[in-house]
Amino acid sequence: MTTYLIRNAQILGGAPRDIHIVDGVFAAIGEDLDVRADIDIDAHGLVALPGLVDLHTHLREPGREDAETVLTGTRAAAMGGYTAVHAMANTFPVADSAGVVEQVWRLGRESGYCDVQPVGAVTVGLEGKQLAELGAMHDSAAGVRVFSDDGKCVDDAVIMRRALEYVKAFDGVVAQHAQEPRLTAGAQMNEGRVSGELGLGGWPAVAEESIIARDVLLAAHVGSRVHICHLSTAGSVEIVRWAKAKGWDVTAEVTPHHLLLTDELVRSYDPVYKVNPPLRTAEDVEALREALADGTIDAVATDHAPHPAEDKDCEWAVAAMGMVGLETALSVVQQTMVDTGLLNWEGVADRMSHRPARIGRLAGHGRPISVGEPANLVLFDPAYRGVVNPDTFATRSRNSPYKGMDLPGRVHATFLRGEATVLAGELVER
Amino acid sequence: MKRHLVSTAGLGRDDALLILDTAEELSQFSGRAVKKLPTLRGRTVVNLFFEDSTRTKTSFEVAEKRLSADVINFSAKGSSVSKGESLKDTALTLQAMGADAVVIRHHASGAPARLADSDWLHGSVINAGDGTHEHPTQALLDAFTLRRHLNPGAGRDLAGRKVAIVGDVLHSRVARSNVHLLTTLGAQVVFVAPPTLLPIGIETWPCEVSYDLDSVLPKVDAVMMLRVQRERMNAAFFPTEREYSRRYGLDGARLARLPEHAVVMHPGPMVRGMEITAEVADSPRCTVVEQVANGVSVRMAVLYLLLGGAVFADAPADAPRTTELPEAAQ
Repeated sequence: MTTYLIRNAQILGGAPRDIHIVDGVFAAIGEDLDVRADIDIDAHGLVALPGLVDLHTHLREPGREDAETVLTGTRAAAMGGYTAVHAMANTFPVADSAGVVEQVWRLGRESGYCDVQPVGAVTVGLEGKQLAELGAMHDSAAGVRVFSDDGKCVDDAVIMRRALEYVKAFDGVVAQHAQEPRLTAGAQMNEGRVSGELGLGGWPAVAEESIIARDVLLAAHVGSRVHICHLSTAGSVEIVRWAKAKGWDVTAEVTPHHLLLTDELVRSYDPVYKVNPPLRTAEDVEALREALADGTIDAVATDHAPHPAEDKDCEWAVAAMGMVGLETALSVVQQTMVDTGLLNWEGVADRMSHRPARIGRLAGHGRPISVGEPANLVLFDPAYRGVVNPDTFATRSRNSPYKGMDLPGRVHATFLRGEATVLAGELVER
Repeated sequence: MKRHLVSTAGLGRDDALLILDTAEELSQFSGRAVKKLPTLRGRTVVNLFFEDSTRTKTSFEVAEKRLSADVINFSAKGSSVSKGESLKDTALTLQAMGADAVVIRHHASGAPARLADSDWLHGSVINAGDGTHEHPTQALLDAFTLRRHLNPGAGRDLAGRKVAIVGDVLHSRVARSNVHLLTTLGAQVVFVAPPTLLPIGIETWPCEVSYDLDSVLPKVDAVMMLRVQRERMNAAFFPTEREYSRRYGLDGARLARLPEHAVVMHPGPMVRGMEITAEVADSPRCTVVEQVANGVSVRMAVLYLLLGGAVFADAPADAPRTTELPEAAQ
């Protein structure tokens, strides 16, 4: 295996240290290391973080290879500093059986750019009616521990209760896409001042909050853990904060776009801003940032949702929902959390690597950067400033809401178990 | 003026008055035996209707023909659109055919804005109603009608006047376009509707809101009744038709509560017996038919100003240079 000597990296933003990577692990960490390596990297000014872990990625394969494949999606993940992603189950066919999750898992192994941990569907076909074979998916080679009908809400209270209970047998967790379906029939954007003016169907905050309230109560009742996908409202934050204060095993994630963008952008009617849950108000953004800073929200998860051009190059109502986000996540977190003083780099490592790995029970990821640990690492240049150009992305799709925006920071290098997947800002072809 | 007319929210007072004044001048031709003007000869206007509409489409078509434009009706039904062609490809097709203006009616809010902001086509985009967003020419013809009744004369606005807009505000593009335009022209708008049919966030709109029609009627100079679709009942917006018309319908008794000079308006099509009784609809205080006639004049004015302006700015030397309205119109 290639050996690396990284000079003067600021581990979690600390004082410069050298990092020696041999045989997939951190062999030595210290000042002015007197060791040799195949490749030397000058990391002056770069922050070293543990390889990022995404709890919420849509890789689209099988079924929508025109939007993304496991290969292109994991290349995008590596470019964003990720060493592991959780691939959501809403593929065609749906990842609701051992066969499909094993296929996705195997494609991830073949790609080699980051670990792909398939998420299993909670119910057959994401239909919300009958439990999928959760145990079989767990027992498969894919070893599924996170189950989600993401894109759809498990809205039947009994099905949700049973799922929460059932996955306890193998330390699984249900990740809920909280969206009360009746309150969001025909919904096109956040319900509020802007939706009223634009004449677009409203997606009220209460449709998210009512499900979260129900599910934290259900989880407490049956003694299970529950994870809330892409929290997007101030009210959701309050409910999760309350549940955590009760000591209940509730975790939550927020997307980068909900940390930065608001529904004012919808005034353009440009469907690049169409996403589920929808972009909310500035007050919600503020509450989400604070909650991520104080730990009420455990993780940043991208909800990377690639779509082909024709699904966005149309009128708002028929456009697909979702945004790509793997390659901009760390930059958005720097802008919204680090540069604002809400979170230091240690906090970023916690919310983007340690905690998501722990929620997903992902072995070998989210580990400290210390001698003997698997060398999953990202070197990030926070001094970089640049305009986002989706045409340069590794993802197959271009639906980035940050197009043309100035965002800080850039991934310089990513290491997956000691092998570079990205070097000097470029993918390492393999 | 801007190149497009997508919303009244983006329309300034001067431009709005220019349209009304121009419409006033153009309306003089509608009383003549020969109603046609040569203004848009050789120009192509496409009526792109993705949604059924008889009145608006006919009104635009009459306006276009009176200005001698070449009119193409591109209806979504029976065209490639119904076979799944995208808005983008439809627009590219119209562009390739040389459309100078596209009048678009679409069920999706924002579709005209998408067309206007895109590089799919270069002609003027005129919004003929998009989803539950806006219907700017309807608001313009309403303002035109109001001005004739309340403050007639070129250059005049609606300052100090009060207009009640009653009914399904939530789903109404007419209400949205009117609240912006009437406010721009100095009028005060009061929406009257059951709380279920008012959008969230309406407290931030430049209007008053009331749930009680009877208390509002004596204070207004005009009342505009919006159509209420029966199917709204099924989504629990109100319990029954009868209850709706009892609480929010305009009948003879309520008509009597209006000040002497106040008029009753309706954008059509009316649902008689629902939001308006036949007695009121057929009364001389009801301006519905007048509104239809005024719609042609206002749409002529919009086309004249948008297309006329573009022609004359970019016209080659040998193009017709009739920059002024014909003598008779002055």
